[in-house]
Amino acid sequence: MGDTSLLRTPLYDLHVELGAKMVPFAGYDMPVQYPLGVLKEHLHTREKAGLFDVSHMGQVRLRGADIDTVIKALEALVPGDIAALAPGRIRYTMFTNDQAGILDDLMVTRFEDHLYVVINAGCKAEDLAHLKAGLPAGIEIEYLGDDAGLLALQGPAAATVMARLLPEAATMGFMSARTATIQGIPVQISRSGYTGEDGYEISVGAADAEKLARLLLAEPEVAAIGLGARDSLRLEAGLCLYGHDIDTGTNPVEAALTWTISKRRRTEGGFPGAAIVQAQLAAGPARKRVGIQPEGKAPAREHTEIQDLDGNRIGEITSGGFGPTAGGPVAMGYVTAASAAVGTRVQLIVRGKAMPATVAALPFAPHRYFKG
Amino acid sequence: MTIRFTNDHEWIKLDGDIATVGITDYAQQALGDVVFVEVPEAGRHLTKGKDAAVVESVKAASEVYAPVDGTVVEGNVALADEPSLVNTDPEGAGWFFKMKIKDMAHFEALLDEAAYKSFIAGL
Repeated sequence: MGDTSLLRTPLYDLHVELGAKMVPFAGYDMPVQYPLGVLKEHLHTREKAGLFDVSHMGQVRLRGADIDTVIKALEALVPGDIAALAPGRIRYTMFTNDQAGILDDLMVTRFEDHLYVVINAGCKAEDLAHLKAGLPAGIEIEYLGDDAGLLALQGPAAATVMARLLPEAATMGFMSARTATIQGIPVQISRSGYTGEDGYEISVGAADAEKLARLLLAEPEVAAIGLGARDSLRLEAGLCLYGHDIDTGTNPVEAALTWTISKRRRTEGGFPGAAIVQAQLAAGPARKRVGIQPEGKAPAREHTEIQDLDGNRIGEITSGGFGPTAGGPVAMGYVTAASAAVGTRVQLIVRGKAMPATVAALPFAPHRYFKG
Repeated sequence: MTIRFTNDHEWIKLDGDIATVGITDYAQQALGDVVFVEVPEAGRHLTKGKDAAVVESVKAASEVYAPVDGTVVEGNVALADEPSLVNTDPEGAGWFFKMKIKDMAHFEALLDEAAYKSFIAGL
């Protein structure tokens, strides 16, 4: 059992012990589901709390002569307003290329003396090369690699659970981070995630990762959740999956990610592809990422053709499946600007048959981030 | 009642000249939570090895192939509202369709229960 060419996270043995079905994902042997199954794991996360192993993602620290130098250097590669981040605050942004195509999406945390960045597992090698090539000499890139694990605790009970182990976690603001100690384990904890629920992401040394995971799993509200439910949760939350909803062929304006670009960055530019982003912000993009609500019960999967009611091709589904919380099929995809308004009736070509659908507001499951 | 199986993890139960077709317990376990099933309508002609039905789990869509040539006499309409029957009772209430077999020799040539068991044991 087990493919030896695949990498393993520090929680590999725990996944196997828990009876996970392991599958290759971005070069790692990862749990796609546990005996509970994708459907119940999804619902458990929305009702209580789910623990996810996201150690396959890349964790990177960027340091330089001073923090302002590091911020300025990173801003040359991303459209996000990193300078506006107060210490301990987090922002979602993306690496763009000269055509404004998205190379990867990432989370950036500003600490007092450095930036901490989390990148997608499948983009790690390219991102690290991109950082090396794109950041000036003097910026140190520390890739945490296999020395660090990353856990996500997500769901309405996440705060209650975490407070038992770390009381100060309860009052942490959404998209904030700090270092802390949980039962002797040094961690970096942030109030963030990718399910649409309240929750935390915890960076922990590889040697302590399993101990921390077991502490969390011992709490009655917590169940281990695999990549299958992670995907349906983020889809219902309207969040992009790199390589599917966004890639080098899509830019942040088309991808409806303009909320991540501040007024200053729109005005000043200074990131790869800025001129294209500015032009599309002014004129509007030719196509746009939207939610798609199929009317029947059949899920519309990735690459399903989207047509207008006259049968003209207007785009395609980039993520689609069954939404356990929505109780039916949900999808997102790109359509031409003329068809992008919420409520526009379209049709999806599923197995050769036209299926009625509507352009829908995202998310399908309301975000329940901490607002305290 | 005689039962046969295919390498694609379908079962075919013969009752008189009508065969009921579904997917095996092994198949439903591999698929995981079934969320959508599309069954063929009565009167549709099926060709062995060609698409007959669709079963979708949370993660993916899979084709169900016709195990033998024949004509559909009934699709299981209960699966439209309750696709999870495929998980809970794959070889009973979770049946997909009933068909009239064109050539009984094709049915007889499929795997018997012992052969199917040894086939999945080797997977």
